[in-house]
Amino acid sequence: MDLKQMYREIVNEHNLHPTHKHDMENPTMVLRGVNPSCGDDISLKLKVEDGVIKDGSFVGSGCAISQASADMMLDLVIGKSEDEAKRLAEIFMNMIKGKASEEEIEELDEAAALEDVSHMPARVKCAQLGWRTLNEMMEEDEKNDSHKN
Amino acid sequence: MSEPDFRKDFPILKDPKFIYFDNAATTQRPQQVLDAVEHFYRTENANPLRGLYKWSIDATEDYEEARRKVAAFIGAEDPCEIVFTRNATESLNLVAYSYGMSSVSEGDEIVVSVTEHHSNILPWQMVARAKGAKLVYLECTKDGVYTDEEINAKITEKAKIVAIGQVSNVLGTENPVRKIADRAHSFGAVVVVDGAQSTPHMAVDVKKLGADFFAFSGHKLLAPMGIGVLYGKEKLLDEMPPFLTGGEMIEYVTRDSATYAELPHKFEAGTVNAAGAVGLGAAIDYVSKVGFDYIEKKELALTTLLLQEMKKDPHITVYGSDDPAKHCGIVTFNIEGCHPHDVSSILDADNVCIRAGHHCAQPLMQYLGVNATCRASMYFYNTEDEVRRFVASLGKVREELGYGS
Repeated sequence: MDLKQMYREIVNEHNLHPTHKHDMENPTMVLRGVNPSCGDDISLKLKVEDGVIKDGSFVGSGCAISQASADMMLDLVIGKSEDEAKRLAEIFMNMIKGKASEEEIEELDEAAALEDVSHMPARVKCAQLGWRTLNEMMEEDEKNDSHKN
Repeated sequence: MSEPDFRKDFPILKDPKFIYFDNAATTQRPQQVLDAVEHFYRTENANPLRGLYKWSIDATEDYEEARRKVAAFIGAEDPCEIVFTRNATESLNLVAYSYGMSSVSEGDEIVVSVTEHHSNILPWQMVARAKGAKLVYLECTKDGVYTDEEINAKITEKAKIVAIGQVSNVLGTENPVRKIADRAHSFGAVVVVDGAQSTPHMAVDVKKLGADFFAFSGHKLLAPMGIGVLYGKEKLLDEMPPFLTGGEMIEYVTRDSATYAELPHKFEAGTVNAAGAVGLGAAIDYVSKVGFDYIEKKELALTTLLLQEMKKDPHITVYGSDDPAKHCGIVTFNIEGCHPHDVSSILDADNVCIRAGHHCAQPLMQYLGVNATCRASMYFYNTEDEVRRFVASLGKVREELGYGS
């Protein structure tokens, strides 16, 4: 998919009419993710109960690719377990590095459309922002849990 | 009258598909510069300044000839006032580490401007932190102008160093360096001028500017990457300790001590980028042949056309002055609702090369109240046809990002 097609077919819709870009009351987890070089800056908020992501949202600003990618990510991970969300985030990161299999990429649903960002080095960080933040959140949570045990 | 065709000298510009509007980041190189570098490596490559045989003597002679060209180009009193560095950033760091660290004390003030590139802010933050000095910012108007009141209010008897860019790399405005230097000198402060964005576009005379130090990069001036210049007044350079130590900068070394080589070699430790310097010499010859009269006239014509065309689009905001003569070929802008990274990606698909981001000037971005901007920057080899194609490409960006046209 060329760049303009990617914007038209997938990115613009999620950027202009995001489902999950709004604030959330009483999230159980909040983490800010920033791309210092381009100024993408989001706060990811999740409500997790019994290890399952019940709800999620993000606020902030950034380019269309970063915002659309975060929106698609939340579409995918809401309702999933933390472990599953972490696994999907890892697949996404691998896809952007050109290292995921076709079967894995299919699991990403709509977000799979961002596969071609792997050929656009300048945009890699934009696409990864939400997923990287999610991944850090999950790792942070695991650490906290292991401390409790 | 037909225009001189300088464009034919630039091999990379022969592909008419590409519109290169990122000249404030780095310019392209003419064949003459590429040839000079190749000639050095093909016919006289040897480590300069040390050898006692023909190749090394030729390499030394050409390296020093480049230094003489630079000295004449910026109006230095003597070639020993020209130190070759990697780029303007290294030049400014050299001044900060060597002059700054040995002359600034607790309670002193270092004055910088809000339009500075990070490379003329961070070294001074470092000195201020290390020495307990205060960093004071000159604030500009929204057009990027520094008023007399602001200059007089911020530069006081506490100032030890005043660091100012001659031309902003974001707004393209030329700063009143002479006025700032006179004020600084009246309190005995030293003036450090970042000439990275001015040297390629206007005749520079360090003495007329009142610069005690002046830094620029070769690669923004048609020369290879990796060669830059620090000019410093001989008296100041003479009293400063070395920045880097090691080979080729000594006179005599014992187990525990050393005496240093004379200027400028005291500041050129290690094997130098002689081929880069030779390339810079060729670039200066080339720019001199083109002439700053032509460069300024051409950039003004291109900027006038670009601003006039961009003004027709209500979704475009241009930062800086309304006067095209105050842009130095740089037009920084945003398109409503479109992040600069998306804009530049979409333009890239049309083979248009512009910069998007904070342009290493985050304090200025914060001042303008934006996260990032797009920047189109032109040089004398760009054409009005390119400006028109660029504007046509810009006009499609909102549609590509899903906004109704």
